[in-house]
Amino acid sequence: MAETENWEPKIVAFLCNWCSYAGADLAGTSRIQYPPNIRVIRVPCSGRINPFFIIASLQHGVDGVVVCGCHPGECHYLTGNYSARRKFALLKDLLEYAGLEEGRVQFSWVSASEGARFARVISEVTKKVAALGPLEKLSKTPH
Amino acid sequence: MPELTSKIREIARNLLEEGRVEMVIGFERGTMPLRRTPCFVRQKGEVGRLIWDSFCENNLAKYLVGRAEPLAIVAKGCDARSIVELIKENQLRREQVIIIGVPCQGMVDWRGVEAGFEGGEVREAEEKDGKLILKGADFEKTLDRDDFLYPSCQTCTHRNPVIYDLLAGELVSEREADPYQDVAEFESRSGEERWGCFTLEFSKCIRCYACRNACPLCYCQECFVDSTHPQWVGKTTNDSDTMAFHLTRAFHLAGRCVDCGACERACPVGVDIRKLNRKLVKDVKERFGYEAGLSLEQVAPLATFKPDDPEEFMVNP
Repeated sequence: MAETENWEPKIVAFLCNWCSYAGADLAGTSRIQYPPNIRVIRVPCSGRINPFFIIASLQHGVDGVVVCGCHPGECHYLTGNYSARRKFALLKDLLEYAGLEEGRVQFSWVSASEGARFARVISEVTKKVAALGPLEKLSKTPH
Repeated sequence: MPELTSKIREIARNLLEEGRVEMVIGFERGTMPLRRTPCFVRQKGEVGRLIWDSFCENNLAKYLVGRAEPLAIVAKGCDARSIVELIKENQLRREQVIIIGVPCQGMVDWRGVEAGFEGGEVREAEEKDGKLILKGADFEKTLDRDDFLYPSCQTCTHRNPVIYDLLAGELVSEREADPYQDVAEFESRSGEERWGCFTLEFSKCIRCYACRNACPLCYCQECFVDSTHPQWVGKTTNDSDTMAFHLTRAFHLAGRCVDCGACERACPVGVDIRKLNRKLVKDVKERFGYEAGLSLEQVAPLATFKPDDPEEFMVNP
């Protein structure tokens, strides 16, 4: 199918307002190139991300999810990312235990000054999801 | 176990007589020979309804949530652990409840017992020295109760109540074996196989939410599956929605689930619900060294953190 030949992964990126969103901004203003496959959702803090957001994203037509927050110790709300890290560890294990491919859901720390790192994270995530192909599991509208 | 029954009745009578509690929650005979049903005793004259045997399978901690009056509850190992979690989550005050601890030898899967009598209906059941004596219209059979324990009881490592005010019966010995062999075995299979297994299992689900309703730790005033505005998750038995429901339900119980198996026993279509829950129970224990319901002091794993929690799973280019 022509559609499959031209397939490009669609990835949702949850970015924390204080670090990663600013990091993405810096990547843009610095004219750093990275794959255009992400759709950004800005959240107040990585701790705001309900694991259900991630599950729901996968249900509703994305091929992968990436979550970025401030580095440990740099959270605007002091401990939001520490709490998030525990949740993400369990969620990632649970989803992979259920049979979802490793790499569909990924997490990383990106600070506001790390435009280049943001680009690297997105490149790596996109590469991994592209290698996995379109999401069939959990999706309400499998390709 | 007539001696346990009479001990529970005696304790309940005393508590009601002294006016220390307004209600005792325990078990009474159900309408079918192999069934017991939760029982709420408010008058001392009614304590004769209370019984204890191998079919007291419900997790009674469920009935403590949202109550203000002083209560007493008959609690086996898993009920007591659920009570600990409820107290920690401020759903219950410790001083409000008198826990009548009952060391548990495991509960018997009545469906499993009945499955052995094709066509024949069990009309009378009696329990004696670890044996079940079952009588039907034209048969009588004796079975070993230990052969029919629930899966959650087979792997249980906390059979004695972890907290109690009064104890009925003698403490029993705890098992030492690794309770998570089944999870490790499942983990070793391929992702495709695991997904196939869960898809098949959850295709049975009719989304009745009996699992949620039976769970003592599922007490949200509005569950995410009931919300219609916004509607977080579809309400039909669509594969994707059902999977999303089960994944999220299991995740809500991460670090809180005591693996009592109430969800699975409540399930009318026999979904292996604990398969997901147990992965989280194991993971929480391995990652954060926490087992739910063992102590009133230890902080819940998702309510706390360590600066050096492992983050090997994160992308770090």
